[in-house]
Amino acid sequence: MVDNVDKQFPPSTPLTQRKCAILVGASSGIGAALARRLASKGYRLALLSRRSELLSTLCEEINKDAGEVLALYYEHDVTDGDSVPGLLTTILADMGNLDLFVYNAGISQMVGLKKYDFVKDRRTMEVNLVGALAWLNPVAAMFQQLRSGQIVGISSVAGDRGRVGNPSYNASKAALSSYLESLRNRLTRHGVNVLTVKPGFVETDLLAGAKKTFLVISPEQAADEIYKAISKHKQVVYIPTLWRWIMLIVRNIPSFIFRRMVF
Amino acid sequence: MDNADRTEHSFLHIQENGVLMSKPSFKDLHLTENFGHSLKAVSFQMKAETTDEIQDILHESKKNGIPITVRGAGRSYNDIAMNGGGFILNLQAVNRILEWNPDSGIIRCEPGVTLEKLWQKVLPDGWWPPVVSGTMTTTLGGCLGVNIHGKNNYKAGTIGEHVLEFSALLPTGDEVRCTPELNKDLFYAMIGGMGILGIFTSITLQMKRMHSGLLNIKAWNVANMETHIQAIDDHKDADYIVGWMDCTARGSKMGRGQIHQATYVEDDGLESSQSLQVDFQTLPSRFFGLVPKSLLHYFMTPFMNNFGTRMVNTAKYLVGRTKTYQQSHAAFHFLLDYVPDWELGYGRYGLIQYQSFIPKETTLETWREMIDLSQKSRLPSYLGVTKRHRPDAFLLSHAVDGFSLAMDFKVTRHNRKDLSAMLQAFDRMVLEAGGRFYFAKNSETLPETARSFLGDEAIQLFRKLKEKCDPDNLLESDLYRRVFKNA
Repeated sequence: MVDNVDKQFPPSTPLTQRKCAILVGASSGIGAALARRLASKGYRLALLSRRSELLSTLCEEINKDAGEVLALYYEHDVTDGDSVPGLLTTILADMGNLDLFVYNAGISQMVGLKKYDFVKDRRTMEVNLVGALAWLNPVAAMFQQLRSGQIVGISSVAGDRGRVGNPSYNASKAALSSYLESLRNRLTRHGVNVLTVKPGFVETDLLAGAKKTFLVISPEQAADEIYKAISKHKQVVYIPTLWRWIMLIVRNIPSFIFRRMVF
Repeated sequence: MDNADRTEHSFLHIQENGVLMSKPSFKDLHLTENFGHSLKAVSFQMKAETTDEIQDILHESKKNGIPITVRGAGRSYNDIAMNGGGFILNLQAVNRILEWNPDSGIIRCEPGVTLEKLWQKVLPDGWWPPVVSGTMTTTLGGCLGVNIHGKNNYKAGTIGEHVLEFSALLPTGDEVRCTPELNKDLFYAMIGGMGILGIFTSITLQMKRMHSGLLNIKAWNVANMETHIQAIDDHKDADYIVGWMDCTARGSKMGRGQIHQATYVEDDGLESSQSLQVDFQTLPSRFFGLVPKSLLHYFMTPFMNNFGTRMVNTAKYLVGRTKTYQQSHAAFHFLLDYVPDWELGYGRYGLIQYQSFIPKETTLETWREMIDLSQKSRLPSYLGVTKRHRPDAFLLSHAVDGFSLAMDFKVTRHNRKDLSAMLQAFDRMVLEAGGRFYFAKNSETLPETARSFLGDEAIQLFRKLKEKCDPDNLLESDLYRRVFKNA
């Protein structure tokens, strides 16, 4: 773990306490853009990712813009689920509170239409789903107990249908969406909001391998939309909104047609 | 911050009746609140009943690098007993009275003993705690941690002045015994030391002799600020004196209110010390014999707004008449317990109390300036309470030869920023007037404010003691981190 040498959050007075958020998967793409957005709204942030160099630069940038320490970073591999309770406790002690938890870690590893690669698929499931379970279970338990808080899971439109191109990615996001729905059904009655975000094509590392893309938006646009959804305590959002209607159609394409399509 | 040594975690799993070391459970996280329900923090809550259990928790804290805040009844208005993301160690269950000598009036208690338990033990034998707060639910550990004062501060000083001896467990694992002579520096620093130098394990106090459970009370109205201050100052012969101030009154009426003075009764004419019995003192549970008091705060809520409180304050002043009567100790002292859960009447976002102590020479102008600012900011205090004080020898003392004004402010969803700015403006006025502050109350104190009123010398001395008693910073609180740690 790389530490943030000699840095700590400056104490704020209790009446003007900042909101606190943890972002898992914050080093680039939507995560980094959302971190900047939340920081601009005065959130205190704990940023997590494997890539500590990128996080370090991001933290520096955020803290410089804010003129105070708003973000701290923690090197973390989401496939190391056993370390999560310890790390969560450390972050809580550093931040002093938690209002928002965002799980954004995700990978997409394309395999050819005729290829089946268990090693890659397992990794996809571990990062996109198992890592989410490792984090969301303790966070959900905590928020349920506290009767407050908001959980955000960055899923994908890809989870709405199993396509030929990337089975394990589709499966991981479908499972994540389903898990988040279960959490929502569990936690809403305890005053906790669970938001599932389903982005379409966003200009990130994940998109590099994709061939046919359309309606591509920047991570900043995505972060703006997500922030709005967080503020409004939404439950499921498609980003951009047009995807809601596209996916409504896609979800209703009969299987005998869908299985003949290649996308 | 060094995260390197925090990678290995062995956690406490907190069970109903104690502490068991096992796995982490985020279900043990709870929201801790201040007494006014306006501040909240997430903490792992645990309790201990023996010194060994406290030692175990200190050990876990050190191993995990997660600080502990010791908490009693949680009646402080600020974040002194809160610890965001850390451990809250509740010592309310450490509440045995260890020794009581009804001849000498000396009592030795564990820190979780409440003032309620204390007075109920000693009064039937003809004694009364020499200093009590406005509520009897506070624990002695908490009372010493902030060095409480009562309505007799100008005469009896703070509770610390009546402590003959205490024992404490230091985070280093050492147990120390302190008296005004033995370990003198620690004695004067731990009392009023916010609970961050060590944990009290036993406290020996001298009680005050009583011949009756009644007090002679005299109450009268005062029309403005000058007469208010003068009245308090002129009646320092009384055993207790306290003022209520209508902080919504403006112009020439600003500072109007009501003064209550109380003197001990030598002979109440009652048979066989009847008035000293606990039953005689107990407050009625119903209002006018009809409405259960536990429901009263619901009736307060509709009036807890700027307009409503102005009406209530005005009505209270207008019906106020000069009168003398007798009242039991409990009824006179524990006004805050008169309406249970009264703080809930302030609504969802609670309240903050602000109290400052101002030298007598500058009190008048400073109070006027503060009340004027609160009225102009449309954030008037709904309740103002005034008292007379005198300085004491404690390291982080709040007292001055002058007056204090405690003001309650309603916190709303939208006024937090403005309220914070106003309270910090108050701080500047108080500092300019040579005043001091009390660590059980104000929540918005900045590090520079504390430095300014305590002085560098006191802070350096406190820091040295902290390094000696708690080199690993195991005892911390939100207040300590905010005001002292990085100051």
